[in-house]
Amino acid sequence: MSDDTSTRPMIEVRSLVNRLGGATIHDGLDLDVHAGEILGLVGGSGSGKSVLLRSLAGLQRPTAGTIRIDARPMQEDAHQCATSHCIGVLFQRGALYSSLTIADNVALVLIEQAGLRRSEARALARIKLALTGLGPEAGNQYPAELSGGMIKRAALARALALSPKILFLDEPTAGLDPISAAAFDRLLVTLRDSLGLTVFLVTHDLDTLYAACDRIAVLARRRVLATGTVEEIEAIEDDWVESYFHGPRGRAARQARERA
Amino acid sequence: MGGDPTVTEPGHIHLDQSRSPARILLLGDWTLAHYSHLCRQLEQHAEPPQPATIELHHVGALDTAGAALLARWLGATELERLAAAEEELPAERRNLLQAIATAHRTATRAGPTSPSGNPLAETLAGIGRITEHAYQQITLGLGFSGQVLHVLAGGLLRPWRWRLSAVSRQLQHTALEAIPIVALLTFAIGAVIALLGISLLGRFDAEIFAVDLVTYAFLREFGVVITAILLAGRSASAFAAQIGSMKANEEIDALRTQGLDPVDLLVAPRVVAMLIALPLLTVVGVLAGIAGGSLVIATSVDITYARIIGLVQEAPLEYYLAGLAKAPIFAYIIAVIGCLEGFKCGGSAQSVGQHTTSAVVQSIFWVIILNAAAALFFLEVGW
Repeated sequence: MSDDTSTRPMIEVRSLVNRLGGATIHDGLDLDVHAGEILGLVGGSGSGKSVLLRSLAGLQRPTAGTIRIDARPMQEDAHQCATSHCIGVLFQRGALYSSLTIADNVALVLIEQAGLRRSEARALARIKLALTGLGPEAGNQYPAELSGGMIKRAALARALALSPKILFLDEPTAGLDPISAAAFDRLLVTLRDSLGLTVFLVTHDLDTLYAACDRIAVLARRRVLATGTVEEIEAIEDDWVESYFHGPRGRAARQARERA
Repeated sequence: MGGDPTVTEPGHIHLDQSRSPARILLLGDWTLAHYSHLCRQLEQHAEPPQPATIELHHVGALDTAGAALLARWLGATELERLAAAEEELPAERRNLLQAIATAHRTATRAGPTSPSGNPLAETLAGIGRITEHAYQQITLGLGFSGQVLHVLAGGLLRPWRWRLSAVSRQLQHTALEAIPIVALLTFAIGAVIALLGISLLGRFDAEIFAVDLVTYAFLREFGVVITAILLAGRSASAFAAQIGSMKANEEIDALRTQGLDPVDLLVAPRVVAMLIALPLLTVVGVLAGIAGGSLVIATSVDITYARIIGLVQEAPLEYYLAGLAKAPIFAYIIAVIGCLEGFKCGGSAQSVGQHTTSAVVQSIFWVIILNAAAALFFLEVGW
C-alpha cells in the first residue's frame, strides 16, 4: 500500500542515542516507517519502547541522532512539533482532559489551534468521534464516565482531531478485554485504509501484531534488532525473539490469525 | 478537464452552467486550514441548483475536516453515491469519503434528547433535582453517622480492640501539630477584641469591662468556634484527602474484600482523635485568647495583670462549661463530614479535590449553624 508514495520514509530515524540519568537507552538506533503502514514496535519491559515513542512524538529531545518526520527534521522543542499538525498521539491510559466532555476533548485543539468557532469545532468533533465508533451520546459524557475501550476510542478521536498524517499509539490495547482489543485492532486498520494514516504503535499484545501490523520492529540491546513482517521476524534466530513469538501466547495469536 | 483552475488554492465551489445539466465543480484544497472559508462557501451555496451534477474529483487536498463539511452539505447518502459513482476518484479518497459519510450518519443519528424548551419546567426540574440530591446527601450523612456511632459504641465495651496506635498517630496530626496555629490565631483575635472593647467602652470610662468582654467571649463562644473552624480547615480536609486518595487507589475496596471494615479501621480512629483533640485545643484557644486580650488591656489601660487575673477568675464556671460542651459535638461533625466526603470521592484526582473543598465548607457551615442554635438554646434555658 506504500507503493504510491515517495521513496522517503514517513519516519526516518538515524543513529539515535538516548541517555536518561546516565543509562543509555538507545545507542545508534535506526528505523524507517513507511507511509501508510502500521508498524508495531515490540521489546521487553525496560527496553526503551516508550522512550523511542516519546522521542518520535517530540516529547523528549534525543541525546544525539536525527529524526525526520515526513522528510522534515524534527524541531527542537515539542511544542513546535505539535503545531506542525502532522502527528497525533494516543497515550496509554488515554490522557483525556478530565474536566472536559469527550466532545470538548476533541474540539479543544480545533478551537485553539485550527481557530474554529466553538459550534463548528463541536460538530467536527462529533464526526471524529463517529469515525472511531463513538455515537453522539458519548460526546456529552466526561472521561470518568467511560469504559476503558471508550476512553481509547475517544483518545484516538482526539489524536485524529487535526487530521494528522502519523499516529503514535502507546499500548493501544493494554487494559482492554479481548473483544474490545480486537475491535480496536480492526478500527485501526479501517482508519489507516480510509484516512491514509501512518501508524507507529508500541504494543505487548501479540494479537495486535498479528491482526493489525504490516511490519514489526524488534527493539533489543539498545537498537532495532530487526524489522520485517511477522513471518520474517518469527524466522529470526534470537533467543528473545524466539521466546516472544514461539511461546504459548505467540502460538495462540498466530493460530487465531490463521483461522481468521 | 485541462482548463480547470489549479488546485493549490482554498477550496471553493464553481458553478458551470454552460452545459445542461449544470456542473458543480468542487475545486481547491478542502482542509482544516481553510475551514472557516469553506463554511462560508457552503453557506452561499446552501441550496445546490437542481438539476446539476456534482464533481468531486477536482478537489486538491482533502482531509477529514473538509470531507465532513461535504457530508454536511450533501448529506451522507448523496456523498456516498457520488464517491461510488465518480470513477476519477483515487481509491484512498473514495475510502475517506465513505468513512466520513458513515461517521456523519452516526454523528447525526438521533442524539441525546434535548431538554424541553419550557423554562418553567426546567426550573422546576432543577429544584427537584437539587431537593432530591440534598435529601440523598442528608440520608447518606445520617446513615454514615449512624455507622460510625455503631462502631464507636461497639468498640467502647471492648477495650482490647481499641486502635491506640492509630488514634495516637491521628492525635499527633490533629492535636499536637495544631497547637501553634490555634494558639497564635486565638491570641491575635483576643487582642483585637480587647482593642475594640477598649475603644468602645472607653467612651463610658468603662475600659475595665474589656477584660470581661474578652473573657466571656472566649470562654463561651470564640474559644471553641475558632478552634473548630481551624480544625475544619486543617483536619476535615486532610481526612477527606487521605480517605479520598485511598478510595481512588481502590484501597477501600481492597479492605472490604479482605473482610475489614473501613469505618472501623479508618474512620473510628479519626473521630476518636478529633473528639480528644478539639476540647483540648479549645482550652489552648481560650487561654491564648484571654492572654492576647490581657496583654493589650494591660499595655493600653492602666490596669495591672493581677487585677486582670482576678477579674478573669470571677467569670462563672457555667460559661466555660457551656463553651466546652460544644467541643465534642463540633469535633464529631467535623470528623464525620471529613471522612464521609473522602468516601464519596470517585476515581479521579479531580473528585478528590472537589470533595476536600466540600468537606471544609460543610464542616465550617455546620459548626457556625450549630453554634448559633446552641447560643439560642442557652439563652432560652438561661444558662
